Amino acid sequence: MALLDDLFEGEVGGELRADLDEHLRGCEHCFVTMNTTRQTIEFYTNRELYPLPDAIRERLEVAIMEKCRKC
Amino acid sequence: MVLEPKPRIATHPLQSLPEKVEFVKPSATETIQLPGTEEVHPDVALVARAREGDLQAFETLVRQYDRQVFRIAQHITQNKEDAEDVVQDAFLKAYEKLHQFQGNSKFYTWLVRIAVNESLMRLRKRRTGKMVSIDEDVETEDGSMPRDLADWSPDPEQLYNQSELAEILRKTIQGLPPGFRVVFTLRDVEGLSTEETAQALDLSVPAVKSRLLRARLQLRERLSRYFRKKNGDGVQ
Repeated sequence: MALLDDLFEGEVGGELRADLDEHLRGCEHCFVTMNTTRQTIEFYTNRELYPLPDAIRERLEVAIMEKCRKC
Repeated sequence: MVLEPKPRIATHPLQSLPEKVEFVKPSATETIQLPGTEEVHPDVALVARAREGDLQAFETLVRQYDRQVFRIAQHITQNKEDAEDVVQDAFLKAYEKLHQFQGNSKFYTWLVRIAVNESLMRLRKRRTGKMVSIDEDVETEDGSMPRDLADWSPDPEQLYNQSELAEILRKTIQGLPPGFRVVFTLRDVEGLSTEETAQALDLSVPAVKSRLLRARLQLRERLSRYFRKKNGDGVQ
């Protein structure tokens, strides 16, 4: 599993990568795990789950700078 | 606002796998390199000016990073009001301690460290004094072998609308122990490098890698419960 994870980080190359690629072609469990884990990462990477609305952002910025001025 | 996901075409995991998964980093972390000079991060000049009392320079830093700090705080505390408080407290603390910033790391990494600590303190208060640390619920054994090997539908996004999917993703990440959640948030949501994440959390690089792997697999497994339901049984 750690090796499969290294594939996401681009930390596996050459012969080992070819071996893993070969393994994935024949191992459905690793294939499914790899594919769905990659999708999991993409879901969270590509979405803003907690946006900061402009009005709240502005209020926070004003409050922060106000406190900094008093320091 | 829910961002549209990037288009994906995946038939074989490796066919569409880039050499390295691309993460969208905040533009403010890009560096400027002049010919014949070393890379200089734009924050360096802003921090230097802020240290000399230039409030406008600090305000620029606030505007640059408040969204990210809010996101990190919300991921850790799982509470909007707490996250807003963390944004204020983290920036105020950063301003007060700006003279202590050594410049050995990026300003943003240093700020993240403050924000994580503030967030954990808030979480602790919510849990009426119970200690909360990034080591909480983190088992020492590997425990990273996936149990649920259900495959998903060809595209889970077709099963849910964007707001439903966002809600599922929020619920799913909420279920992770704080020690995994914070590592996943910094690495995969905020796009910090493994080294930066280790620095921000005061963890070793192997510890970050281990927690990241387990966080990713736990999230995948938890998401499988949603995506398999509408898709029937997968590979067992």
